[in-house]
Amino acid sequence: MASSIVESTLDPAHAVIDETVPAGEPWMKRLRRGQVLRIVDLEGNQAVDTLFYNADDPLERYSLTQTIQAQGALYLGAGSRVMSSEGRPLLTIVADTCGRHDTLGGACACESNMVRYALEKRYMHCCRDSFVLAVARDDQGLGKRDIVSNINFFMNVPVSPDGRLSFEDGISAPGKYVEMRAEMDVTVLVSNCPQLNNPCNGYNPTPVRMLVWNPS
Amino acid sequence: MASEFETLTPLARGAVPASSTPFAPALVLWEEPLPGGAHWSGLLRRGNSLRLIDIEGRANVSALFFNYEDRSERYNMPDTLKAQRTAFLTRGHVCYSDMGRVLCSIPEDTCGWHDTFCGVLDAERTAAKYGVARYQEQRNAMVRNGMDAFLVELGKFGLGKRDVVANVNFFSKAAPDAAGALQFDTAHRAPGQFVDLRFEMNVLVVLSATPHPFDPAPRYDPPPVSLTAWRSGTAGAVDLCRNACPENERGFINTERWFL
Repeated sequence: MASSIVESTLDPAHAVIDETVPAGEPWMKRLRRGQVLRIVDLEGNQAVDTLFYNADDPLERYSLTQTIQAQGALYLGAGSRVMSSEGRPLLTIVADTCGRHDTLGGACACESNMVRYALEKRYMHCCRDSFVLAVARDDQGLGKRDIVSNINFFMNVPVSPDGRLSFEDGISAPGKYVEMRAEMDVTVLVSNCPQLNNPCNGYNPTPVRMLVWNPS
Repeated sequence: MASEFETLTPLARGAVPASSTPFAPALVLWEEPLPGGAHWSGLLRRGNSLRLIDIEGRANVSALFFNYEDRSERYNMPDTLKAQRTAFLTRGHVCYSDMGRVLCSIPEDTCGWHDTFCGVLDAERTAAKYGVARYQEQRNAMVRNGMDAFLVELGKFGLGKRDVVANVNFFSKAAPDAAGALQFDTAHRAPGQFVDLRFEMNVLVVLSATPHPFDPAPRYDPPPVSLTAWRSGTAGAVDLCRNACPENERGFINTERWFL
């Protein structure tokens, strides 16, 4: 399920959405069932913190535990089904040139930065601020309680068999991408990670490109 | 380098005890058996501890934790793992909230590995694994599942689906290989193993004694667990959990500020 490289045949010239998300900013869009989303790591080693919701009922949302149960494994890659809290597939990863994506690392927050790095890091920009602001602006009634453990595309958080967890330099590189097909109408919520305190962004957060294709 | 604790004001330092108190029978507040398959919720106040005992050596206890005073603050698996660079919980670890505070800490544990990322089975997956055994036929021996257990107990406190996050599975171990594939370790558990949760905040605790999602036992037969609450006090100025890493020292400072 992880670490197999599968390339896509889709042509960016035919994409219906083609947007660049700068580091430190959120991106929130609806995808219709069958549409394909590609996230391109333009400059390499950029963590893309991502959540998914059922577009019609956001109480149904991405669940890392359902996803791990469904595949019996920790990391995501080509063929992985991104599962909802109701045990249904939200999306399927159909192409991946990176090889591994993280399910355990979650998102950075002011408060966790205080714990992890220093109490005075509270005022650095973080993914949770982007997530909370995006759902507040979206005006669908979502809030902090709906921000759950997310996927980190392009992020490398290996767990050793003896249970140690580490943040390692990314295995991604400029131009690597992951592509997924919506299995229901979904809301995508991305925070392009602004973390400067660990190697998840190579200490240099960079833009990513978001492409969406209609069903073929 | 001065410890984070030494940077606090005299009043803030004075609010922290020298040490917490180890378990002793005279400190017990209440004891209760949690039947296999059953669910439980309650308030564990700051300074009290809860000992979970796996009586038969094959238990799983799924747990969620919330700040009782602001229930939007809840146990956060990624922040817990990242701060302590671990994928499992054991002695010396703490459970972090999403607000950078320590909900509870683990000063004692004879088990060695508590699962953090496998979640609970829902009704559909429980039925697929164990078959259907309804109340109508089975009475209280019916098959129960962890997700519904969480929803029932959360509902009693005004919480629901929005509040179900990745839970701890006490006594269970599913370790990954190099590719991330998980293997449940049936040899990991033993009769009489216990873990102490020392509450550093006033915490709403939700428990479900239902089987771990990857437990290979083919029959639904969850065993009972013993719950013992006792008066331990909070983490002291010098403490295994506080001093386990600089991250935890800062986490305790955040926690203690909530109560200053």
